[in-house]
Amino acid sequence: MIINHPLLGPRDSAEFVYLGAAELMNRPDPETASADDWHDYAYLRDNPAGTHRELWFHEGGDRSILIVTRDTTTHEISAVELARRGAPK
Amino acid sequence: MRYSGFKVIKEALTGHKGWKPAWRDPEPKAHYDIVIIGGGGHGLATAHYLASVYGQHRVAVIEKGWIGGGNVGRNTTIIRSNYLLDGNEPFYEFSLKLWEGLEQDLNYNAMVSQRGIMNLIHSDAQRDAFIRRGNAMILNGADAEYLDLAQIKQEYPFLNFDDARFPIKGGLAQRRGGTVRHDAVAWGYARAADSRGVDIIQNCEVIGFRIENGTCLGVETSRGFIGAGRVGCAVAGNSSRLMSKAGMRLPIESHVLQAFVSEGLKPVLPGVITFGAGHFYVSQSDKGGLVFGGDIDGYNSYAQRGNLPVVEDVCEGGMAIMPMIGRARLLRMWGGIMDMSMDGSPIIDRTHIDGLYFNGGWCYGGFKATPASGYAFAHLLARDEPHDTATAYRFDRFRTGHMIDEKGMGNQPNLH
Repeated sequence: MIINHPLLGPRDSAEFVYLGAAELMNRPDPETASADDWHDYAYLRDNPAGTHRELWFHEGGDRSILIVTRDTTTHEISAVELARRGAPK
Repeated sequence: MRYSGFKVIKEALTGHKGWKPAWRDPEPKAHYDIVIIGGGGHGLATAHYLASVYGQHRVAVIEKGWIGGGNVGRNTTIIRSNYLLDGNEPFYEFSLKLWEGLEQDLNYNAMVSQRGIMNLIHSDAQRDAFIRRGNAMILNGADAEYLDLAQIKQEYPFLNFDDARFPIKGGLAQRRGGTVRHDAVAWGYARAADSRGVDIIQNCEVIGFRIENGTCLGVETSRGFIGAGRVGCAVAGNSSRLMSKAGMRLPIESHVLQAFVSEGLKPVLPGVITFGAGHFYVSQSDKGGLVFGGDIDGYNSYAQRGNLPVVEDVCEGGMAIMPMIGRARLLRMWGGIMDMSMDGSPIIDRTHIDGLYFNGGWCYGGFKATPASGYAFAHLLARDEPHDTATAYRFDRFRTGHMIDEKGMGNQPNLH
């Protein structure tokens, strides 16, 4: 797979470390979250067949974390953006 | 119809006109006591043990495609029980014992071959870890044997012993491990279950569950509603897709695992060999092809095909321990979809919905577990309590901190 890095252009996916679903950016609020909230956050996944928003860490490159929108049934990548505070999750 | 040597000779002399289909092709009935979703190895094994051990005969297996068309026909056919942890080892040893009696039980030649499995050791720390694992296996009634370098050189002279980075220091062998003809497992279980009255309904896709007041009453399928006293789901690879129809989110990600087979060669490998410094395992099929594989690709996928970086990694692993593999041409490669769970271990449990039961999360170790998985799931479906060897495979172990994490990787499914 080729990931179109927003800053560096097309890069081989082998340069990246896969970190899982982008929903992992929605960490529960430690002030208010219950044990169940943490369980659901840490262990449960939507795991869809189709469009999936996911985190790829460019370990072999600029060490940025990207949000990649990819179809899990075809591996086709439709969007790549930098994961950053305030980014749409 | 029982199969036997006598029957083969008789049919050979009479033009092979007496063979009958190995299982029926029934129309779904309106209601069954137990409906199993998924006509793979685990689902069919569940049906067989429900009928043969637990006396359940109003049972159906429903399958969206054809039976044995998923991971039971896509794996690298290895059986073994070389696990470390208490939640796992008794279960996998139970499975290996069932493999040993499988062909007599099913009256079907599944080509169970206990040619042995040997895990290579490449460092002192790894030797300590493997000896600990071997002791855990022995404590649980399995067999394990530490091989020193001289023994390995004698039994496997073709290995690359003096590799600069990964010299071979020893090995942990399980002589009772080996390989099984994977398709025959699905067919043998299907035939045995069918002969005891289980309906195997192919081309019947589950569209949804009928759930009222927290109780599952049956399944909506592409061939109409099928009522059920209890519904068991055994669709590893697609577990999240199926269970989402019941409103459940699972502690599972789906990942693709690739497998490879070379052209047919004369016998060169005496058993199953695994690389200890990378992820590579290889055996030789009875047709002569080298069957091998390595890591999962590492990202969510339902595509049943992988990408080239893992192909390269697998080939590097093969070349590191067995340079002669470089002379073999690759014949086929393919991918299968794995239920990668959050601790690398499976789930066989009730769900929060009455009458709905789940079997999945097999990661890339489901094939060897087929008999015990079916047996334990049948026990759960028939008695509503877990089988003695499967008590740890609970949904709530992530909530209560009782994870069974053989590799110690935590909740990163792509690292298990």
